[in-house]
Amino acid sequence: MRTWKGMLTSVLLACGLVLLGCGKESPKPKAEKPQAEKPVAEAKGAKTVTIGYTASKSGPLKTEGERQINGLNLWMEQVNAKGGITLADGSKVTFTDKHYDDESNKDRVQELYTRLINNDKADFLISPYSSGLADASAVIAQQYNKIMITTGAASDSTYSKGYTLIYQAYTPASRYLTGAIDMLAKLAPGAKKIAIIHEKDKFSTDVVNALKTYATNKGYQVVLFEGYDKDTTDFGAFINKIPPGTDAIMGGGHFADTSTLTKQLYEKKVNAKMFAFLVAPPEPKFAELGAACLAVVGPSQWEPGVKYSPESAKAAGMEWFGPTVAEFDEAYKKKYNEDPSYHSAGGYAAGMILQAAIEKAGSIDTDKVKKALDDMKLSSFYGVIQFANGKENHGLQIGHEMVYIQWFKDPQGTFVKQIVWPEAAASAKAFLCPAR
Amino acid sequence: MQQLINSLTDGFLLGFVYGLAAMGLSLIWGVMSVINLAHGPVITVGMLTTYLLFVHLGLNPYLGMVVVAGVGLALGLLIYAIAVHRVISAPHLSSLLATFAVNMIMLGVFNAVFGGDQNNINYSLGSLSIGFLNLTYSRLLAALGAMLFTAFLYLFLFFTRTGKAIRAVANNREAAELMGIPSYRMLALSFGLGSLLAAVAGSLISTIFPFTIFSGGPYELKSFVICVLGGLGNPLGALIGGLALGLMEGVIPIWMPTSWVPVVEFGLFVFVLVVKPSGLLGAK
Repeated sequence: MRTWKGMLTSVLLACGLVLLGCGKESPKPKAEKPQAEKPVAEAKGAKTVTIGYTASKSGPLKTEGERQINGLNLWMEQVNAKGGITLADGSKVTFTDKHYDDESNKDRVQELYTRLINNDKADFLISPYSSGLADASAVIAQQYNKIMITTGAASDSTYSKGYTLIYQAYTPASRYLTGAIDMLAKLAPGAKKIAIIHEKDKFSTDVVNALKTYATNKGYQVVLFEGYDKDTTDFGAFINKIPPGTDAIMGGGHFADTSTLTKQLYEKKVNAKMFAFLVAPPEPKFAELGAACLAVVGPSQWEPGVKYSPESAKAAGMEWFGPTVAEFDEAYKKKYNEDPSYHSAGGYAAGMILQAAIEKAGSIDTDKVKKALDDMKLSSFYGVIQFANGKENHGLQIGHEMVYIQWFKDPQGTFVKQIVWPEAAASAKAFLCPAR
Repeated sequence: MQQLINSLTDGFLLGFVYGLAAMGLSLIWGVMSVINLAHGPVITVGMLTTYLLFVHLGLNPYLGMVVVAGVGLALGLLIYAIAVHRVISAPHLSSLLATFAVNMIMLGVFNAVFGGDQNNINYSLGSLSIGFLNLTYSRLLAALGAMLFTAFLYLFLFFTRTGKAIRAVANNREAAELMGIPSYRMLALSFGLGSLLAAVAGSLISTIFPFTIFSGGPYELKSFVICVLGGLGNPLGALIGGLALGLMEGVIPIWMPTSWVPVVEFGLFVFVLVVKPSGLLGAK
């Protein structure tokens, strides 16, 4: 009797499970409503270009990913509001987008980009945020012969894989700190010795390896070159290793470790003409270090205070494209009610690069747009944009420069950051670190 | 030479704090033969308490240490009552597992309440320069604090009636009971004192370095190395072991990359265990 009941229960349970399984739909990627409005009355011969991308709307990269998309959406809204782009044959193109949430997940990115190209018929692609995700999506774009503008992705390695259709909007990691060397040369021509202390992750190691080579080529002597583990909190051993007479201390890694290093350097009264570190200094939270943040320099892709202008472009003999810094800043604040970050500017720039290339090519044909991108050299609110054409690093950003911020103390005693380099974009004059 | 002296002083000062943390572990082992695997989270409690008092009440981290000592003592008594008391006469594995469980529970609670972010007590005192020698006041004060608490422990154990009773229980529990000493009360108090030392060490560390909820773990491991160096159950040995470890950490990076420090430390740990299992200052 007991066996009977047991069997009956098992069968009923199994049936229930099967029914449940049938009822549950397999998860489908959520296509979201296109943000840009389609033109209502399409003129004769008008086309709509679909831009496909995935965005990290969930997962660890959510904040940066969303800002990037905000920038892109602003660009699309503006270009469509002006009636789109007129092509060489007189027809007009406007833009629409198709995007999915990639959950900050690499595997998902590849699946979704394939879908964007094959099912959604995207004409051009924009990369997701972060080097890892952008690298994963670039493979698919190249495979299906689609042009992709990468943004929010600084790694150099994506462009040494032989791709011909991937173009980078960000300054690559290898040039994150090289500007600091140029700045040092200008500010302290007598400086000779540089100490490099860095986090041992891939990004920071790439940055400092390039920095070391650059500094050595410029005649500097790297007197200390040592990496620390991710969770290091005691930098005493590294600081004690800095030889007396070191002119500049550079390196760092991410926010937590770099701010601790900065604080301990200050407490130990380590004197140098320049302190230049990755990632942490551009963050507003860096000011919480108080006096320790004074004079510290850090690289940023873009800042709202940059001084790029049509005049400075003209002086440099370059074409100006798109809005001015003030116009972008104002439009962004109006639409999103927050200050644009460099992620937002990067998103806008990605769309703008595509627009400039299509206008130049007078066509949306992949080969013609590719040619325009290869030849591109322009100045904009985001800075200079130019791509490498060589086989070994095709698509690598070679025009855009990092801007370097430095922490100042204003007369009220509060710490403020100012852009100090390159000089064309500077909002204040850089200074050497005073004696501690 | 300058680098050597700077590194030696830094390591020496930090060594006092290491010694204090290890002393807590050593005391508990010495009195009741329990290896306290909840030592790390108790160190973290010291860090967190100092941080919370500083951030929310604006309490000076050095004054906050008095509160931290009280919290450490209370926490130790609580852990003893809940997890240790019933297994104290059971084989060592039972108390090891019981304290490990407490360790996991505490880490879980920290994670749920505070998350894994780095916390920083933003209280800088600057530094003292004597010629080329540069000492941060935070390290100096931490060393001073560690010395004060060591002195307090010594005076308590050797010059008070309760302290003497604890030593009697450590020496021979049955004989102590026959003399009318309430042994379980003494055991609980010792566990409380051990936790107090750990929490205070945590508090001192938090004034020097930023920390996360997992930061107590590495100091617990260091405490084991120190106890082995100095002899388990010997508080003075723990202090000397702490200083030795601090000095090693200061000096080793001069000649090799810092990643090698744990290799040397734990290599030494195994070496001492093999050559002199009772510790360098331990009984024969």
